[in-house]
Amino acid sequence: MSNPIGLKAKLGLDVFKHDKEPHITIKAGMSGDKRLKKAIIVCPAGLYSENGQGEVELTIDGCLECGTCLVACGQEVLEWHYPSSGCGVQFRFG
Amino acid sequence: MSEEGKFDAIVVGAGLAGLAAAYTMAQEGLEVLVLERGEYPGSKNVTGGRIYVSPIRNMFPELWSKAPLERYIAHEEVCVMDEKRAVTVRYDGLELGTEPYQSYSILRGKFDKWFGKQAERKGAMLVVKSRVDDVIFENGKVIGVRAGGEELRANVVIAADGVLSFIAEKAGLRQPYNPANFAFGFKEVIELPRETLEARFNLQGEEGVARLYMGDATKGKFGGGFLYTNKESISLGIVVGIHAMTEEGVQVEAPQILEDFKLRPEVARLIEGGETAEYAAHVIPEGGLKAFGKLFGNGILVVGDAAGFSMNIGVTVRGMEYALASGYLAARTVIQCHQKNDYGAAALSQYEGLLKESFVMKDFENFKESLHALENPRLFTVYPRLAGNIMRDLYEIPSGPKNKIYPTVKKYLSFGELWSMGRDMWRLMKI
Repeated sequence: MSNPIGLKAKLGLDVFKHDKEPHITIKAGMSGDKRLKKAIIVCPAGLYSENGQGEVELTIDGCLECGTCLVACGQEVLEWHYPSSGCGVQFRFG
Repeated sequence: MSEEGKFDAIVVGAGLAGLAAAYTMAQEGLEVLVLERGEYPGSKNVTGGRIYVSPIRNMFPELWSKAPLERYIAHEEVCVMDEKRAVTVRYDGLELGTEPYQSYSILRGKFDKWFGKQAERKGAMLVVKSRVDDVIFENGKVIGVRAGGEELRANVVIAADGVLSFIAEKAGLRQPYNPANFAFGFKEVIELPRETLEARFNLQGEEGVARLYMGDATKGKFGGGFLYTNKESISLGIVVGIHAMTEEGVQVEAPQILEDFKLRPEVARLIEGGETAEYAAHVIPEGGLKAFGKLFGNGILVVGDAAGFSMNIGVTVRGMEYALASGYLAARTVIQCHQKNDYGAAALSQYEGLLKESFVMKDFENFKESLHALENPRLFTVYPRLAGNIMRDLYEIPSGPKNKIYPTVKKYLSFGELWSMGRDMWRLMKI
């Protein structure tokens, strides 16, 4: 097997250009919505998690901009647009 | 430009579809602007990785001899896995190994960057780090786009902005996403020295291997694992249906599926000693014909993933040829409009006609039932186990006497099971 590395380390291999604003946000009042739980399952970068209050939280660093969370959860719960020009992940291999 | 500051066409997105359109239009002397939000073409683009060149070879005759493709696929393999067994079918031979090769492994970071240069060489203007925020309408017609606070105008806008296509959405051409029509892929590019890679996969020269994994690779969910050999790396990943991930059976987080897949001994030995260089992910439109939105509107054409042009028919999973072909056909449409100086909706509707005459729509018509036939959970659970069971019964020599083979195999085939198999077969016969 190749050197086993955690998800964080794996994302650390990618090139990211920092954006001033997060390009995905959970819409106001929606963090307890059960549709968001799907994002925890599908996000390939593991950026969604559930806190002690049963609310879903999102860390934007490491986002691969795939859009799986948007398709899984829907536009009613997520505000989703691409990062600003030239920002976000820059795949070298793709 | 036909008027002050107005382009013949603005292409949103420098992926395969957008660059194919730009390349083809620029070649005919049209004024083309390509807007790409990433740092360079390919910086936001992901493939599993393999492209089938045959259907698009003649659309871009100058392109292929110098294209930075990885390896031609000379060995096709399917590996059906249950928890502890794997049955692999390998297809190769002189035919697959003879030029012109039908498919190649590919890395989009390299390919798209190069393709962008070719489009520029033909005369297209490529602006990177430019996110398009909106389309501009005038009297019900798309007349341009807004990017970075600037208004840019063109006779036609080509939405080549990928599977999520916010441009098609803003132009009112796309329905809200239905998770049942989408899969997502996530993969690692794992680097290995060329000699190690070639020895490990028994590859000669530029030969490559494509291997698909069904069954336990995705924990029995609709999808599969994939492995493609590149020149000096392996693309290894998982594709799984978004609906299947969230609605069916045991829920496992996506990153864990890939980690477990890498730990399978059948896979682990192939990537041993390799260094992961990148981790990427992408959504894939798999809904086919039934899920398409409108392919054109007044002043706008939709191409590639943005139009939903991707297809899964089991052992072949395709998208890039449809992207290139739809970009090319959109360009042919715009070239005709340019010659007649008529960019009206009727003239742009020619695009759909050209798609229907081409392999693109013929394929989507032929395989419109494919998703329904394949998203059968039994294909990813029952059959991999059955294949493993039968192989064990054939090969196993127990400590005591060995049972007769036919009665042993027959016990898997109860009346109820045969009935279910018949139904599965009936579904698969529609592909």
